[in-house]
Amino acid sequence: MSGERVAVLAGGRSPEREVSLRSGHRVATALRARGYDALLVDPAEAPLVETLSAATVSACFVALHGKEGEDGTVQRLLELLDLPYTGSGPLACEIAFDKVLCKAALDEAGVPTPPWAVVEAAALRDLGAGALLHRLAERVGLPLVVKPSRAGSAMGLTFVDREGDLPHAVMSALAFSEAAIVERRVPGIEIAASMLGTPRDVLPLVGIFPKSGVFDYAARYTPGVTEYQAPARLDDEVGERVRSVAAQAFQALRQRDVSRVDVMVDGEGRPWVIDVNVCPGMTDTSLLPMAAEAAGVAFPELCDRILRLALARAPVGAGDK
Amino acid sequence: MATFDVDPYAELYARRTGGMSASEVRALFAVAARPEVVSLAGGMPYVQALPPEQVIELVEAVLAERADVALQYGGGQGSPLLRERIAMLMAEEGTDADPEDVVVTTGAQQALDLIGKVLIDPGDLIAVEAPSYVGALSAFSAYEPRFLTIELDEEGMVVEQLEEAVLRGERPKLVYTVPNFHNPAGVTMSLARREQLIALCREAHIPIVEDNPYGLLRFEGEPLPTLRSMDPRNVIYLGTVSKVFSPGVRVGWALAEPGVLQRLVLAKEAADLCGSNLTMLLTERYLSTEAWRVNLARLVETYRRRRDVMLAALAEHFPADASWTRPEGGFYVWVRLPPYLDARALLAAAVERRVAYVPGTAFYPDGRGTDAMRLAFCYPTEDRIVEGVRRLGELLAEEEELYRSLSG
Repeated sequence: MSGERVAVLAGGRSPEREVSLRSGHRVATALRARGYDALLVDPAEAPLVETLSAATVSACFVALHGKEGEDGTVQRLLELLDLPYTGSGPLACEIAFDKVLCKAALDEAGVPTPPWAVVEAAALRDLGAGALLHRLAERVGLPLVVKPSRAGSAMGLTFVDREGDLPHAVMSALAFSEAAIVERRVPGIEIAASMLGTPRDVLPLVGIFPKSGVFDYAARYTPGVTEYQAPARLDDEVGERVRSVAAQAFQALRQRDVSRVDVMVDGEGRPWVIDVNVCPGMTDTSLLPMAAEAAGVAFPELCDRILRLALARAPVGAGDK
Repeated sequence: MATFDVDPYAELYARRTGGMSASEVRALFAVAARPEVVSLAGGMPYVQALPPEQVIELVEAVLAERADVALQYGGGQGSPLLRERIAMLMAEEGTDADPEDVVVTTGAQQALDLIGKVLIDPGDLIAVEAPSYVGALSAFSAYEPRFLTIELDEEGMVVEQLEEAVLRGERPKLVYTVPNFHNPAGVTMSLARREQLIALCREAHIPIVEDNPYGLLRFEGEPLPTLRSMDPRNVIYLGTVSKVFSPGVRVGWALAEPGVLQRLVLAKEAADLCGSNLTMLLTERYLSTEAWRVNLARLVETYRRRRDVMLAALAEHFPADASWTRPEGGFYVWVRLPPYLDARALLAAAVERRVAYVPGTAFYPDGRGTDAMRLAFCYPTEDRIVEGVRRLGELLAEEEELYRSLSG
């Protein structure tokens, strides 16, 4: 509906504040172009509950990334406020954002994800878990990658080729969260599979080719240093496998409206889910907008469609717990 | 459909932009800028100390009396009267300068860029201190030099290392140094080292770029002669009013011998025609009253107290195996952590605890400095400094424990 007032939530206090603001500004501009009265709300600048109560918005577009935005916290508040919002419900967010819960859920659903283990700061500090670090490396297998359990944008992520580098990598990851995931590194091609609508609605796949060879923070957010193929040039059969694994992951993690999984395709053409993003980036170098464009959906229309999925749910009932 | 054009310019960028990319540390600073975070990161002068009525009076007077000039283009070198004031400012530290040898720049930062433009060809070797001012490394990097890094100790640049390099046959095109209250290291080059550096560089025909933004911010001890005053022909001197007046006016300068100066002026004109007449007039007028001396003395006293508070807080809250410098002036304390701690990796955890610093890696052209952090005491109030250092100390203690549990 034209002129309808909606809030775009962006910013926040997570390490991904800057990325989120870029997403949020872009989304707000796009929604305005589609006739909405889009209000940008930064939870770090103004108390969220108060602002949203006063602003009489009919829905929220969640463009927050990281803690307090993707982990279900904000979603729970919005449920209490009876405000429809874009994306998955609180519990689905909580599970997908926390890599420990997410990997466990993927394993349980039979979605292929590389072998992994958890290192918790508390176990290191209080239970002497450090002595088991070598066993953990053996079990997961080198080369491996260490990630914070609760962070995004490849922050705090380190590739480890030698066991001796593991303690430093673990410390780097634990700077971001109380637990770290140690995961086997799957060599191959990284593919992003995005969902728009229901878990079965997988957009064209995007192939990711960082010029440095590593899709780290700089490669993600500096235009021009990573090459993207949309749609990704994959063998038909491999592409089908990736889409099917992605749909399985979206389903298993009860994703709603939008989501993105990152998949490594190994030398044998087997897909492995390495990450799930409940609030996919919406910046100019983000993957979901590329996938949508490859499907003929321009950015303003994409934002509009996501928002309408939320508006269709108004008013919110009990939520999904 | 093939390749998705995120950036249609991707293939067109000049080689020198290679190092210009998004970074995790920058992203974290976006959070660190939030008011709830105690920032020991930024080197922002405490401009609140300037009496607002003085500034308003200044602006009104300049616009009432000189609006025709203030709103117009000016000469590329900067107005003669301002250059006289600048010469006077340099005389405060014993540097004898002819205003004709001065070019006014947009902060001393522009002078760094102009020096790069005028002196550095791709592949040229230039000598810098390790650590070194990050803004100089960025400015020079655009001209694609190779860096020869010279260590610092309590007496400033370890000139023997430069000497050894010269004996090995290295011929750096210039040596860049911040001799007083170094950014980021906080140390000051001793007189003996100054003499040694001057002698070596004269002998080897290596010009020195002396960057002296903090010289007038001395808390204690005797002022040392500037390198420029010791060998005018071989030293290009950079100064700024950012620390004695305001960084917002963007007034800095270079003092150089006529040949270099002429090229700097031409390069400056090519870059931006001229500086802002408005802010140059403000600066000129500010420096023409005695108020600046009074304000500066008060400011120095404020910074001295903040340094004392920071040093005391470090002694109380930081782990025993960390060490730090004790600056006699300026803005910064440089902290060395035990080698197994990575200050860059820890920044996220620090910001989570509402405190920020600059990781040491920013100040090296070669990825070193993971075990160091720069703490700035210039901007936060004394209470906030204590609180920030306390939060950091707590984090470091926990990290040391974590490390022991990982290695044990």
